[in-house]
Amino acid sequence: MGKMPISLIRFGEGSFWMPAPASTAAPAVDRVFDFILYVSIFFFLLIVALMLFFIIRYHRGRGVEAEKTATHHTGLELMWTVIPLILVFIIFYLGFTGYMNLATPPANTYEVNVVGQKWKWLFTYPNGHVDDNLHVPLDVPVRLVLTSEDVIHSFFVPAFRVKKDAVPGRYTNLWFEATEPGEYDVFCAEYCGTSHSDMIARVIVHPPGEFEKWLQDASNFLERMAPADAGAKLMTTRGCKQCHSIDGKSNIGPTFLGIYGREGVFKDGRRYTVEENYIRRAILDPQSEIVAGYEPVMPTYKGRLKDQEITAMIEYLKTLKE
Amino acid sequence: MNGSTAVADNYLSHGRGFRSWFFTLDHKRIGVMYLASIFFFLILGGFFAMLIRTELLTPGRTIMDADTYNQVFTLHGAVMIFLFIIPGIPAAFGNFVLPVMLGAKDVAFPRLNLLSYHLYVVGAIFSVVSILLGAVDTGWTFYTPYSTTTHTSVVSMTLGAFILGFSSIFTGINFIVTIHRMRPPGMSWNRLPLFLWALYSTAIIQVLATPVLGITLLLLIVERLLGIGIFDPALGGDPVLYQHFFWFYSHPAVYIMILPAMGVMSELISVFSRKHIFGYKAIAYSSVAIAVLSFLVWGHHMFTSGQSDLGNMIFSALTFSVAIPSAIKVFNWLATMYKGSIRLDTPMLYALSFLLLFGIGGLTGLFLGALATDVHLHDTYFVVAHFHYTMMGGVLIAFLGAMHYWWPKMFGRMYSEKAGRLAAFLVFVGFNLTFFSQFVMGSQGMPRRYYNYLDRFQPYHVLSTIGAYVLAVAFVVLAGNLIHSLFRGRKAPANPWGSATLEWMCASPPPHDNFAEPPEAGDPYDLEHLVYDESIGGYVPRTAREGA
Amino acid sequence: MRRSEQSAAREIPHHFATPRQAYESGKLGMWIFLATEVLLFGGLFAAYAVYRGNHPEVFVYAHRFLDARLGALNTLILITSSLTMAWAVRSAQLGNRRLLTLLLALTLLGGGAFLGVKIVEYEHKWKHGLLWGEQYRPHHPETAQEHSSAPEIPRETPPGDRTNIPPAAIGPPGLASSTDEERAAHASAKEPRNVHLFFGVYFAMTGLHGLHVIAGLLVIGWVFVRARGGAYGPSNFEPVDRAGLYWHLVDLIWIFLFPLLYLIH
Repeated sequence: MGKMPISLIRFGEGSFWMPAPASTAAPAVDRVFDFILYVSIFFFLLIVALMLFFIIRYHRGRGVEAEKTATHHTGLELMWTVIPLILVFIIFYLGFTGYMNLATPPANTYEVNVVGQKWKWLFTYPNGHVDDNLHVPLDVPVRLVLTSEDVIHSFFVPAFRVKKDAVPGRYTNLWFEATEPGEYDVFCAEYCGTSHSDMIARVIVHPPGEFEKWLQDASNFLERMAPADAGAKLMTTRGCKQCHSIDGKSNIGPTFLGIYGREGVFKDGRRYTVEENYIRRAILDPQSEIVAGYEPVMPTYKGRLKDQEITAMIEYLKTLKE
Repeated sequence: MNGSTAVADNYLSHGRGFRSWFFTLDHKRIGVMYLASIFFFLILGGFFAMLIRTELLTPGRTIMDADTYNQVFTLHGAVMIFLFIIPGIPAAFGNFVLPVMLGAKDVAFPRLNLLSYHLYVVGAIFSVVSILLGAVDTGWTFYTPYSTTTHTSVVSMTLGAFILGFSSIFTGINFIVTIHRMRPPGMSWNRLPLFLWALYSTAIIQVLATPVLGITLLLLIVERLLGIGIFDPALGGDPVLYQHFFWFYSHPAVYIMILPAMGVMSELISVFSRKHIFGYKAIAYSSVAIAVLSFLVWGHHMFTSGQSDLGNMIFSALTFSVAIPSAIKVFNWLATMYKGSIRLDTPMLYALSFLLLFGIGGLTGLFLGALATDVHLHDTYFVVAHFHYTMMGGVLIAFLGAMHYWWPKMFGRMYSEKAGRLAAFLVFVGFNLTFFSQFVMGSQGMPRRYYNYLDRFQPYHVLSTIGAYVLAVAFVVLAGNLIHSLFRGRKAPANPWGSATLEWMCASPPPHDNFAEPPEAGDPYDLEHLVYDESIGGYVPRTAREGA
Repeated sequence: MRRSEQSAAREIPHHFATPRQAYESGKLGMWIFLATEVLLFGGLFAAYAVYRGNHPEVFVYAHRFLDARLGALNTLILITSSLTMAWAVRSAQLGNRRLLTLLLALTLLGGGAFLGVKIVEYEHKWKHGLLWGEQYRPHHPETAQEHSSAPEIPRETPPGDRTNIPPAAIGPPGLASSTDEERAAHASAKEPRNVHLFFGVYFAMTGLHGLHVIAGLLVIGWVFVRARGGAYGPSNFEPVDRAGLYWHLVDLIWIFLFPLLYLIH
């Protein structure tokens, strides 16, 4: 599924339980995890040991009569009330302080806006550039401002131990500071429909100095590239290909293969021919004209695409001849 | 059943034909019908589980497409939760056992009891119809705005759950009133069997929490049909409010599931250790404590939803408070075994499995209650494994234990111990194989409800799927054994296990009216006056034997 | 053997030992059922609290479209019918059959009148498009003009087609940005956003309450028919008592709904 060569993804250096830590918060979370793990193992082994001991020691055949023994012991019962109480209090405290660390971003963070939509993450950088992967500088605290276009999604980077829901109609926050250069998976952790499990992006952590270069390069592709190539890039980064195939297969939306000049019928019975204005309308106001046989699920890109970008996309679509 | 010996009129032979069952007011028959229906839905839910596990054997498509998969896991969850686990122990065994355990002739409102069974059937039909109408793909939690915008038959399924809620409420009312008003002479609150304490606590939650689920589902239905906009962000509504409403019911619902299971445990451990339960009051009051605390912790399902930090802190702290009564119970059960005379009959094997599996389920809850670790583990397979260890390792195991424990009483037949133990062992092995690997892949970052997954998670999934097949085999052995016993089983004595609770004082199966006269209730865990009688293969009161 | 004793005293279900046990069980069951009803409405009250907390301006603005006089009238009607119901229970206990049927009839009349007034109110909302969610399309609301200076609100499209997902709240402003929102904001300068939320809550709460009124009327109607046949007397008035309890609950809920919805300041 992933197109990235597997060797680029950092894993395997983690423990039996956790993926390799790659953010400032991760080791702290892992310490809490380990503490609870040791407490749990201790109590589990205690239960198993007592149980096995009692079974072996007191196993009797059928028909043995019951003997009178103690029915309660206040001291013992207090003990196994108070000791767990103290332990869970400690666990709560560790969990809470660890969480406050996760929840409180430092001053001067680098901010990236994140929008979840079915089934794609879109990352908008301060200079307005939009990308479908998250690029961040190493050792710099990054704050993400999350929202969603449609249903609830959840932004989850296991290597950073961070997760936050992206809720339509409101903003949520998440911050992290990456400590290892490399690439990490971003999962959607809140169920969001058909391609929920393919809503995977990457965080690419750039070594010092390289992030700015990447952003510079990535932002001016419209000037650097031929319109059709830029359009192809936009189609990928803006999530169009999540629903529209380019190989003729029918997906959530109609295929792009041979779309320019295609004729057909809308749901309401009107006929259409695909030309420049049709494509523009379909991008900016997708609910107005639904092609027969498809559900009205496409979000509008009004306010999110510049005319220059739409032009590039149209040029790209023209190249997809059957 | 018209056997050789003079087993006069029992509830099974009292009236024949469909109508004498489906419109019966006898709590025992209603209990048996519940048991049959619930077991059917357990098998159906299990079938969906096998589909899920088979699909997840490989990344990408194995046997079905993504939409089908989403429908299958939703159905697995909805069927298991609403049709199996919530009614499970209270409706089937509670109905059958509660009045007999009290020495009463029936529950307080037999008609209401029948109505709740009929509502269960109607609710189940709505749920099944939703499968035929194109299924539901929202997950059993029906989170908005996904559930208000998806094109599947959410209304039929939620309507089904709504109706099932009423079934649950009526059962709860019945149990509370029965326990309050129909205890026999001598049965003070401190002599109430612990299973009844558990049912009582469960009923309180059923009565207080289920109406909130009712109104939530109604609002969801109105939202879908009329577009009322309360949960719709496009209309200024708040989708997260739905989660608060939903978990306000559904977290207490977790204890609707587990409390009766704990009640069963208290009975089993005491009887099969042949020893008075240790710390009766602590166990009884901890059930009530769990019932009360369960209402205060719903927010721990929403630590990553954008809920305020203060809210997260409070919910986390309260969540840990629930751990204490659970720990008290576990240690008291262990202490009950100390210096007992332990017999490893099939029900006891399930009880011991429960101790281990629920132990793991409870301890892994600590990871999820702690805020820092929950952020990482939330909505991963770690959570899936955790609640299967508590719900399946806890409730289902206790359900099976209860089934093997009360089976002789319900049907008057003994099953094969050998086959019973084999099934219990296979369930234990299959269960751990299925779910332990899910803890590891979860903490490694595998999110739940994923159709497709990264290659590196495959080994865990393969292990898990193999475990699921072992479980399937275990269930075939189990069901075969029980069904076989109905036809070929040895006749059961009145008290095969040597328990002192009142249901074992009447014949197996019990007569139509349970008791001609209300029996005198003593200490339900005073087992010393019961002695084994080789000739009938069961226990009799010491006085009766010496008299004979 | 016991059966003959029982039928001599009074008919009680066979599984109860004494009439007192039967009576107390019924009463306790009814009270628990009422508790579940309170919790059912509790969910809606919680929703009310959340939305009023989040959008106080919407509630202050929109409650003017409700007619407080009609609401007050309905409160009066329900309280009166509660009185007649309580009196009916007393008549049953005293064995006054004629008074019992008369009072039950009066209670039914009160419930019917309440529903009648409610229908007048609903029809008014319906006519002026003062409805929930997508259906909210207000036009010429006379009451609003009487009570306040609420303007006529032109609105070409319903707010939010179910499938029409709003544009991203963030993202680079491009040439394609629309002026629709600006226009909408200008047109309804005096109307807060999301007024339909109030009507959603209003219809949900009064609708569910209305259903309970209907259920109550059915139950009292059944009691009424049986009372005419002389089914109730001093030793057998529980059904009247239970129906009365239910009716008081319906009344009580309205007493909370009325100020919360009609009398907002």
